[in-house]
Amino acid sequence: METATVNTNFKSEEYFINMGPQHPATHGVLRLLLTIDGEVIKKVEPDLGYIHRSIEKMCERNSYQQIIHLTDRLDYLSSHINNEAVCLAVENALGVEIPERAKVVRTIIGELTRIASHCLWWGVLGMDVGALTTYFYGFRDREMINDIFEETCGARLTMNYSLPGGLMFDIHPNFISRVKAFITHFRSKLPEYDTLLTNNVIFQKRTKGVGVLSKEAAISYGASGPVGRASGYSCDVRKHHPYSALNKVTFKEILKTEGDTFARYQVRIEEMWESLSIIEQLIDNIPEGNFQVATDAVIKLPKGEFYQKVETARGELGVFIISTGTKNPYRLKFRSPGLSNLSLLNHIAVGGKVGDLVASMATLDLVIPDIDR
Amino acid sequence: MTNEALQYLIGDWFPEPEAVKLQFSTEGPQFLNVSIDPDQLLVLMRFLKNTPETDFDYLFCLTGVDWGKELGVIYHLESTTHRHILVVRVTTPDRETPTLDTVSDLWRTAEFHEREVFDFFGIRFNGHPNMKRLFLTEDYVGYPLRKDFSDEVNMIVK
Repeated sequence: METATVNTNFKSEEYFINMGPQHPATHGVLRLLLTIDGEVIKKVEPDLGYIHRSIEKMCERNSYQQIIHLTDRLDYLSSHINNEAVCLAVENALGVEIPERAKVVRTIIGELTRIASHCLWWGVLGMDVGALTTYFYGFRDREMINDIFEETCGARLTMNYSLPGGLMFDIHPNFISRVKAFITHFRSKLPEYDTLLTNNVIFQKRTKGVGVLSKEAAISYGASGPVGRASGYSCDVRKHHPYSALNKVTFKEILKTEGDTFARYQVRIEEMWESLSIIEQLIDNIPEGNFQVATDAVIKLPKGEFYQKVETARGELGVFIISTGTKNPYRLKFRSPGLSNLSLLNHIAVGGKVGDLVASMATLDLVIPDIDR
Repeated sequence: MTNEALQYLIGDWFPEPEAVKLQFSTEGPQFLNVSIDPDQLLVLMRFLKNTPETDFDYLFCLTGVDWGKELGVIYHLESTTHRHILVVRVTTPDRETPTLDTVSDLWRTAEFHEREVFDFFGIRFNGHPNMKRLFLTEDYVGYPLRKDFSDEVNMIVK
């Protein structure tokens, strides 16, 4: 079947190759069918579904508390923010107001998650374009954040720290001092990222003017997060639809106009500085008091439809719940940033070289479970 | 634009609302909902996208739903200039060969999302450039997110 579809647009000088599922840039399980002429890409067709886990079907059969534990498996590098999305949707539907302390802690952990995710992205990006050192530097900084997470909630990757009504536990007594130590450390190390990669001439030559995405195309393809903002499209959910404690802090939305691979890179690097500043504004003023409010053991949402969007490290994650008033959702849809960002890959890759594709794809920051359903 | 203004404007586009089954609902806690006859879906969507006052250029969510008797799609639209949000709903009673018109020429993001709906609900989209399964294999039988789907081997039946 696959071969037949490819062959319809097949000229004698063109051939097609499979990229992935083992290529490091595809992070495991994404296969790209490339139609190429020499080294020039004519068409990219992603083949998804290698780790299809039917997460939406599972959500329909589980209670709202149980769903939280599934969502962090979606985008496992932004797991806390994924949890938060479902918690916020459920809390809004129930009309539950959670304590200020929980809101502030959620926001701090969310921004730490964003930095951790960007550190990993930066390390892997370097590796994708052939510089292994970045991998170790990125992981060194990410490790500190993971240690903070581990101390506070016992998990390093799949957090499950939020639950409808607030937080699972209170923060660890060391939390504030360790976060502050991390901020000091990371402020001194972030310039290293620029020295290693941003200012590297080879890297710049490989990324500037490559994989250009216009603002109109970004909106049409539903691009979000750093991918959309690199094209000048103001799409930061934290600005337009603030949630948790994000209306209490000031931060800049990073916008670039070039829309190329390098701009997408720059947005994430500058975003890390902004995240640091958000954490700094909150860390000294965590309100005292409760960290959760009691909710029913069996949560039943009122009848209706509830939509909640949050800004994960990759962009806009939407949770759409259709409830018929029972203890599990009638339908739950995840609008993930990954799928929309992947759908524009063909648009930005056509006409470029295979080597460029690796770099552009790395700046889309794909996480495969986030693309799958 | 406020929900009331949007409602008036859309009402003006369809002088005979009964004939096209145009219905508004603000019952949901969040957004203005519009439901429309599947035949008129494209007309409405083109108006929403191309009229400067509405300018819904961002389709941020496209959800397939199985309502039991009917299958349908819910479109979440936002305007990046006016920042207003509208929800369009369309249903089809045909469960054997459900078809709807594609909106992928208006919003490119619909290309993948409509394939997802086809994959899980079996709704075909007329005019879609590449109407095939997205996540599941080509030879997979059935549409797993339909309420009457069952898989004796892999599903735990409660």
